[in-house]
Amino acid sequence: MCLAVPGEILRIEGATPLEKMAQVKFGVIEKSICLAFLPQAKVGDYVLVHAGIAISIVQQDEAQRIFTYLDEIGESNP
Amino acid sequence: MKFVDEFRDAQAVRKYTEAIHNLITQSWTIMEICGGQTHSIVRFGILDLLPSCINLVHGPGCPVCVTPLETIDKALAIAAKPNVIFCSFGDMLRVPGSYSDLQSIRAAGGDVRIVYSPLDCLSIAEKNPEREVVFFAIGFETTAPGNAMLVKRAEQLGLRNLFVLVSHVLVPPAIGAILSSPQNKVQAFLAAGHVCTIMGMQEYDDLAKKYQVPIVVTGFEPLDILQGLYMCIKQLEQGSAHAENQYTRSVLEQGNHPAQQIIAEVFQVLPRKWRGIGEIPQSGWGVREKYQAFDAEYHFRLEAIQVNEPSQCISGQVLRGLKKPYECAAFGAQCTPDHPLGATMVSSEGACTAYYKYRRE
Repeated sequence: MCLAVPGEILRIEGATPLEKMAQVKFGVIEKSICLAFLPQAKVGDYVLVHAGIAISIVQQDEAQRIFTYLDEIGESNP
Repeated sequence: MKFVDEFRDAQAVRKYTEAIHNLITQSWTIMEICGGQTHSIVRFGILDLLPSCINLVHGPGCPVCVTPLETIDKALAIAAKPNVIFCSFGDMLRVPGSYSDLQSIRAAGGDVRIVYSPLDCLSIAEKNPEREVVFFAIGFETTAPGNAMLVKRAEQLGLRNLFVLVSHVLVPPAIGAILSSPQNKVQAFLAAGHVCTIMGMQEYDDLAKKYQVPIVVTGFEPLDILQGLYMCIKQLEQGSAHAENQYTRSVLEQGNHPAQQIIAEVFQVLPRKWRGIGEIPQSGWGVREKYQAFDAEYHFRLEAIQVNEPSQCISGQVLRGLKKPYECAAFGAQCTPDHPLGATMVSSEGACTAYYKYRRE
C-alpha cells in the first residue's frame, strides 16, 4: 500500500505551489504527478511517487552507498 | 528500472547475506513494520538466505489489512447509495466487511470506481456536479498528504459534492502498543521507509530511547532489507538501541515539511480501532472540524456500527509478531485470499496472503 515508484521529471507546470504538477517518466510510462510537496524539485531529478503524489527526491549519491557500506565499515568478505 | 533493479543485484545480496552470517552469534526476533517489506521478504526468498536463528515477524503496517470492519461496513453503506460515486484504491475492493465487499456492491449496480490517485476524484466531482463523490481515504502517514491535498483542493475549487471517508492509521503508536504488551517478543524493528519519508526520524528516536530497542528505517528492495537487517543485528549484538536510517536515498531526518504541514492543517490525531488488534489510543487521523463539510461520516450521518471478527482468525497475534500465518488452523483451508477470514489475508500485502502466495511454512 505504501508503495512508491521512482521516476524522472520531464516537465514541471502549475501556477501556484498547491497546483504544481510534473510529467514523470517511469520506464516507458509517463504520468502527470502532483509536485506540491517538493518545491525544490527540478527537471531531471528522480522522485519517489506514491499514489500520484511525489514524496521525495531520490538522493543519487546516497543511493550508491549501499554498495560500499560493508567495505566502509571494514566488514566485507572479498 | 533505475533505482529499482540495482537494489536486486545478486552479488551484492550475497555479500550482505555473508556479512549477516558472520555477524550473528545468537537468536534475535526482528519485526518489519510495513506490508510492502513483508511482501519483498517473502517474494524474494530472503527468509531462506538468512541464518535460521533470525526470527523475522511481520508487523501491522498494511492499512488495507487493519482498516476496521466497521469502517468497511460504512463504505459499503455509502457506496450502495444511488446518487454516490464511490472512489477507492483498487486493493480495498475485495476487502470483506461484515456482510459484503465493494466489488459485490459494484456488481449489484453501485457506482464504485478505482482511482490511481486521490486527486483523480477532483475531476470526477467536477464532471458530475449532480452526484456525490466519496473517496475512501485509508492509509498510513505515506498516503495522508495526498488525501489532505484532495480536501484542500476541493475547498479551493469550491466543490461541494466531494467527501472523504477517512480511516488513517499511524505507525509509532502501533510500535508502542506492541512493545508495551507483556507478551511482546520483538527485539528490534525495520521501520517503514516511506512513512518516514513523510514524517522524518524524530518519533523513532523517541521510541528507541523509551523502549531501548533498535529501530532501522528501511527501504523495500531486497538489498535495502538485508542492509536494514545487518544494521539491526549489529545494534543487537553490541547492546545498543537507537534509531538509524538505512533508506537515506529517500528519508531526511526532518521528513517532508510541506507534506507534514498539509496533514496538520486538514487532519487531527484521534483514537483508532485496528482490525485484528483493537483500539489503540492516538493512533489515527480524522478530518478537522474546519473541514467537516468534506467529511463523509459527518455528511452521511452514519450510525455507529459494532461488529466482531471471526473467532477462529488469529490475525491479531500475527500482526503483533506472536504467531506465524502457518500456525493458524484456518490458513489455506477455510481462509484463503479469495475467502479471507481476517486482516492479514484480506490484502495482497498481508502476511498471510504473502505466505499463501509464496511459501507455506
